[in-house]
Amino acid sequence: MNNILVMPMIIPLLTGVLLVFIRSYVLIQRVFSLVSIAVTVAVSVTILNLIQSDGILRLDFGGWLPPYGISFVADSFSMLLVLTTAIVTGILLIYAFSSIGRAHENMFFYPFVFFLIAGVNGSFLTGDLFNLFVCFEVMLLSSYVLITLGGRKVQLVESIKYISINVLSSWFFLVGIAYLYGTVGTLNMAHLSVRIAEVGQGPLLTVISIIFLIVFSLKSGLLLYFWLPGSYSAPPTVVAALFGALLTKVGIYAMFRVFTLIFYHEPGVTHLIIGIMAAITMIGGSIGAIAYNDIRKIVSYNVVIAVGFILVGLAVSTEVAIQGSIYYLIHDMIIKALLFVIAGTMIYLTGTARIQNMSGLIRNYPLLGWLFFITMLSLAGIPPLSGFIGKVYVGQGAIEAGAFVLLAIAFLSSIFVLYSLLRIFLNCFWGETIINEDDDVPLKKGMLIPMVLFGILTIALGVGAEGLAPYVSDAARTLMNPEIYIDAVLNSDS
Amino acid sequence: METIITILVGVLVTVAVYLLLSKSLVRVILGTAILSHAVHLLLMTMGGLKKGAVPLLGENAESYTDALPQALILTAIVISFAVTSFLLVLAYRTYKETGSDNLATLRGFKDE
Repeated sequence: MNNILVMPMIIPLLTGVLLVFIRSYVLIQRVFSLVSIAVTVAVSVTILNLIQSDGILRLDFGGWLPPYGISFVADSFSMLLVLTTAIVTGILLIYAFSSIGRAHENMFFYPFVFFLIAGVNGSFLTGDLFNLFVCFEVMLLSSYVLITLGGRKVQLVESIKYISINVLSSWFFLVGIAYLYGTVGTLNMAHLSVRIAEVGQGPLLTVISIIFLIVFSLKSGLLLYFWLPGSYSAPPTVVAALFGALLTKVGIYAMFRVFTLIFYHEPGVTHLIIGIMAAITMIGGSIGAIAYNDIRKIVSYNVVIAVGFILVGLAVSTEVAIQGSIYYLIHDMIIKALLFVIAGTMIYLTGTARIQNMSGLIRNYPLLGWLFFITMLSLAGIPPLSGFIGKVYVGQGAIEAGAFVLLAIAFLSSIFVLYSLLRIFLNCFWGETIINEDDDVPLKKGMLIPMVLFGILTIALGVGAEGLAPYVSDAARTLMNPEIYIDAVLNSDS
Repeated sequence: METIITILVGVLVTVAVYLLLSKSLVRVILGTAILSHAVHLLLMTMGGLKKGAVPLLGENAESYTDALPQALILTAIVISFAVTSFLLVLAYRTYKETGSDNLATLRGFKDE
């Protein structure tokens, strides 16, 4: 029995339910949520190591064997993401303690963070397409609450668009599921893969795969990212960081899963479209990142660029490129959280989001400035930091596959990332100090510690990439060879 | 029967798209509600409408109706119900805060 598999979803879920009942005791809520996240991290590490020794793990709910029942399937790819999610959320919770405010803490902020995590982890672990839809909805409904919580005008106005676009993409998801079920008569992902391999991926199935592509592009902000910058700059810093770090990544995960496991027979159509979309996303994101003076907009467009970059790996679909994408995915979850947190802290300290109105912050807050500098280098892909290894592997894979245009756009977009952040650095951190010592807003320790932790993580991930390598190469191997996954789900008895 | 239902789905989607494209917030929400009804019907039709007996052991029928689409629809209905009610509350709050339910005036925001 692999009952441990359900833990990454059930622990946050139960924590969320429990926290609802103790909403007025803020201190207990804080302690409880930290402990719960720590347990989730420990469980994830255990499962990840279990996979290395025992292969892909499976849990059949209620003893219904696949393809009849719903099962959770954990391979290295999903567990790496579950682990990163838990770590990033833990650090963001520490930031929330000192920044989110008593009103939020009393009004079910923590429970909904945990419901969000439950949805995210469930999406990573599930082996059933309809269950994936349900987990997406768990995640999205919590995100609707988190984005509106606080009820400022901006939040309300932006969340209407956010929710409408997500309702529409959920609708497309259901349409895709309906057609797929009507065509091949199953929803278990491994079983789908087998059946589609049997009947061949004809034009009809390719069209269905493109419906799924639209769904996941809307969720992850691949090409269809028009909703993203607005809604990611409206909520409080912690929530924006959670969204920027986790939500788009779930869409990317689903895209990787579906287009490596189920619809991998027609790369000339689907993967070409993904490649073109990724290229346009990176170009559009780069233009957005340098066009705005609002720091929140700039960091939101940086999310868009990263989405395009990660999907270059899927578009070229060689094992090395997929490895690169996985490294970059993990790196991006950490560094985007850090970037959003730093941007939010800068707005908190100066009271403005426009970069022209800030100057010389590094005099007042040296550590914050240097952390931003590290973030910038890491995002640009400078060697000792975590962004480097992913970029190298994606680049190598693209060269192997001969996708030179895509490669050029991907690396040019890195330069735009660097430029857009350098602009923030030069405008806000360098230059004449305009805040005098008297109205210097103190930078709380509780805000600085999580940022330092993220900074350490990005350095550790860059320097210690060697330690992560076996997990990542196992994940990429499973993604490139769908029969390993199918074998583990349909043929082995657990 | 399947054909008629499929045409009905088409009509519902048409109505929903028309409503979604209007500027009034309440109409947009009604549009999403109708859109979800359309997809529920589609799910049911794609699974095949009633083809045999109730899917229970001991019925001794030659063929059974596929019960899975109905389970899917049930889940999807609950979710769309929750989202619609959330959207309605959100629309009401937005109207209270901004005094407008016109999407054209709810565009963009200034720095606070």
